[in-house]
Formats: sequence, structure tokens, C-alpha cells
Amino acid sequence: MRPLEQTFEMKQDSANVISVSGLTKYYDGLLAVDGIDFEVKEGEVFGFLGPNGAGKTTTIRMLTGLSQPSAGTAQVLGHDIRTGIVLAKKEFGVVPEVSNLYDELTALENLVFMAQLYGVPSDERVKRTEELLKTFGLFEKKGARFSTLSRGMKRAVTIAAALIHRPKLLFLDEPTVGLDVVNARSLRSLIQKLNHQGVTIFLTTHYLEEADLLCDRIAILVRGQVVALDTSDNLKQLVKSEPACEVRFAPTPEEVISDLEKQRGIHRVESSGANLHLYGESMPSLTEAIFQYASQKGLEIASISSAKPTLEDAFVQITGMSLEAMLVEKGGR
Amino acid sequence: MWKDNLRGIYYIAIKDMKTYYLKPPAVSWGIAFPLAWILAFYLRNPQDFRELVPGLIAMTVLFSTTAAEAVVINFELRLGSLERLLLAPISLSAVLLGKILGGVIFGFMMTAIVTLGTVSVLGLQANAPFLVLIIILSLFAFSSLGALLCVLVKEVFEAQTLLNLPRFVMIFLCGVVYPVSALPPAVKHFAYVLPLTYTVDGVQQSLGSVQSGNIILDIFVLIAFTLVFIFPAIKLLAKKFA
Repeated sequence: MRPLEQTFEMKQDSANVISVSGLTKYYDGLLAVDGIDFEVKEGEVFGFLGPNGAGKTTTIRMLTGLSQPSAGTAQVLGHDIRTGIVLAKKEFGVVPEVSNLYDELTALENLVFMAQLYGVPSDERVKRTEELLKTFGLFEKKGARFSTLSRGMKRAVTIAAALIHRPKLLFLDEPTVGLDVVNARSLRSLIQKLNHQGVTIFLTTHYLEEADLLCDRIAILVRGQVVALDTSDNLKQLVKSEPACEVRFAPTPEEVISDLEKQRGIHRVESSGANLHLYGESMPSLTEAIFQYASQKGLEIASISSAKPTLEDAFVQITGMSLEAMLVEKGGR
Repeated sequence: MWKDNLRGIYYIAIKDMKTYYLKPPAVSWGIAFPLAWILAFYLRNPQDFRELVPGLIAMTVLFSTTAAEAVVINFELRLGSLERLLLAPISLSAVLLGKILGGVIFGFMMTAIVTLGTVSVLGLQANAPFLVLIIILSLFAFSSLGALLCVLVKEVFEAQTLLNLPRFVMIFLCGVVYPVSALPPAVKHFAYVLPLTYTVDGVQQSLGSVQSGNIILDIFVLIAFTLVFIFPAIKLLAKKFA
């Protein structure tokens, strides 16, 4: 595996695999995507984060040739999506939100059929299929009909189908929706593994933690517009919040919150399990107040750290939406 | 590019055969329905059965090609499987032609069984090249008609309902049971704008049942019907993904 610094440097200098300019889509007079611009660099995991109805899937549909833009242009792997999309399709794979392979075919038959459609040489089809099924831990299920597989297995076979022609770019539309925690976690590991193997990933999600964990850069899409685009760290730095730190005392006195709020330099205190979140004028005044209080009460400070803004804070501040509103729309967790 | 499209058409057709056509509902609808229909006429008048053979073959062509098209197109549109095909590096036309070819292959298998069975049992003399050509062109025409009607609507049941209308109209008006020449003039004119009329006529001439028709005209008209059905079907499917 290449060193992290080298990976970052490579991504900074990489060519664009997707370039989008003024891309717009109307459905029956309703504006679904509103003149968006962005680039996806070779080798990165690019996240499209936004609530249901923000235009994420519509954008993927336009970039993959399933829908025609109303205005604007886009290049995918050097091919214009209006004129060269069939050629581009040879080099990208798509995992739609719904696992839409054939119920009547087995896992093996589905993958072989995809290999046939993508022109994989006949002597390699079964070999590649079996390799992918082994990678996804589904080799024993190769003879099982798609309809009989669990939701997580169906998702895995659908992703395998998108990889059968060894694409350079993989579009993943809400890949973990409907998966249990274990399957979602294993899928995220797989996405990271694919990216480390050199596959550029375009990921749509409405799960902030997923975007934070996986994506090199994140575009936040709201009502068809890209309202922010940067690395997760840079997006978090946009958050203007009062200085905060997280502290845990051993033991924790019962009256700790009211006591601390009386200390100079501390504005308010919130508890989060055994940890306390303290907000104040500045980090030095906060730490001074904490150590003074611990010394007065004879308490040990088990842990102390500065509390940094999260992607959730950034999302809420940038979009003006509540996180709950975003998740409720998709029945998210 | 054209090689990719040809490959796509072939594999989509083979996949559809496996997943939809070679299943009891399609087989029974494609072959049992025309057989039951003709059996009823045979029992009524066994002496004239030889005259009914062209109609039996034409009906098998019609019903077998359109037997599963509603499922093949509308069901896949609904489930999103058709989108999966459209994500492959082939054109939208190739996807629809693959669907049409699936109906043609299945129809050919069903029609071959009925044709070989009746021709050999009854000892009919056939002009085999013309008979095969008429059957194949008819299979393409009806499979294209089925595809056009299916892409006009969204749901499987809507497509099946819509398909029944031309199928049953053609059974009565195109010479399957009653000769077109015996129809009232106004109805006769209508019969000439229906493709099954040319299938029945072409099969009759290939089997030597009639001498008066023009089989070359039948061939060209069936090709024209195929084109007239295919192009709007492709346009309409493309509109669904506009």
C-alpha cells in the first residue's frame, strides 16, 4: 500500500476523471439539478452528500447516460456525456441505489451475463466472476438464485457486477442504504480497498459519518445546488464555533456541572456520558479553569482534549438544515 | 461500436430466453392457445382442416412472439433491470433490439414445432425458403409491434391488455379463420393494413393453398411493418430516459 502522504500528493496532481459545468436537469418543469459545477480527480473518493431529493441520483443518472441533461456539459473519463457516453461506459461501473440484477438468475449467472454485456473475453468470464465472488465472500452462494440472497448479499453481488469489467471509475448511489451495521461496515471497508487499488469512487450518501470516513472531498448538495465542496477537514473548519474542550474527571462529582459553570472562563457545560463538554472564551481560559477546579476539589483529570467541530456541525451550519430533517426524509438511522 | 451492439443484442436475447420465454406461462400462451383454437375448428369441420394450417402457423407466430414481451420490457422497466442493461456499453436501440430478438427466437422455436408437425402429418408440400422467410419476417414484425405497445405504457397489465386488442382483431380479420376475400369491403380494406394478413397470405402461398397472392409484396410489406414498429418503439423508450 502506498504511504498516505504520497497518496494525497498524487490526488492533488491527478487529472480530472469527471468535469461538470453548469449541469442542469428539469423534470416536468421542476428544477432537479441547478447548474452545478465540480471536478472529480483520478484516484479520489468523491462524496456527494445531501438529503433525499437534493439531486444526487439525478446527477449520477446524467453522468452515467441514463438521463439527458437539460443544460450544461460534463465529461466522464474524457468523453462528453451527450456524445460519447457509450464509450465512457466501458470504463466505469455503476452501483444503483436498488440492487437490480435478475432474480431468476444465480449470482454466477448474473455476473457472467454482465461480463458478456461488457465484452469481457469468454475465457475470462467465469474466472473473473469467481474471483469477485471470493472477494465478496460469496463463492459458496454462486449457485444461489439472486432472489434467495439476503439484502447485504444482493448488494455485494450488485457491486461485483459493476466491477466485472475492471472499471477505472465506480459510481455508488447510496451504497449502504438498507444494510445492517455489520454489512454497511464491511461495504465501507471494501470501498476503501477498491480505492486503494486505484479505482476512483463517486459516492452519493446522506450519511454524514460515511462521507466523513470515506471521502477525500465532499460536495454538499441542497435543492439541486452544490453549496460547499472541499475536504472534510476544510468543511469542518468553516464552522464558526466557540472554543470547546472535552474532559473527564475521576471521580465525577454530582454537582460538577453547576460547579464548573460558576468558574471564570467557562460559559456552559454539557454532559455526554462520563465526558463533559465545556464551552468558553478561549482554550487557555478553559484549561486554566478546569485545572483550577480539579485542584480545588482534589479530582484527577482522566482525559482532556479540545473538541473539534464535526462534519455534522459543518453540514448544519452550511445548509441551515437540521440533521434530523435530512435523515428522517430517507428513514435514515 | 457495432460489434458491441451486436454482442449486446445477442446476449440480451439469450438471457431473456432463459429467464422469461422458456417458462411454462410463455410456452403455454405461445403454443397451446393457437392449438386449442384450431382444434375447436377442426372438431367442427375436419374435412377443411388443411385450409386452416396457414392460419394456425400465422397465429402461432403472432402469439409466441408477443407471449412474454410485457414481462420482458415492462416488468424490467419497473424493477430497474432495464436500466442495468442501459448502463452497459451498448446503445439503447441495441437493448430494445435484444428484447425483440428474444421474442423472435422463441417464436421461431414454437412456430417450427407447429409447422413441422402439421406439414409432416398432413403431407403438405411447402416452398421451404419462402415459408421460412415469411415466418422470420413476420416474427420480427410482431415482436416489434409487441415492443412498441409495451413501451407505450408503464405497467405489465396495461401492456398485456393493449397487446390483446390487435391480437384478437387480427385473428378475425386477417384470414386466419375466414378468408379476407369473404369479408365485407370496408372490413377488407382494414384487413390490408394489418400485418397478420400478409403473414397468412405468405404462408398460404408457400404451402400452395392459394395461387392468387403476391408473396414478394408480402415480404416487402412485412419488412415495412417491422420498420414502422421498431423506430417509434426506440424513440418512445429513449423518451422514458430523456
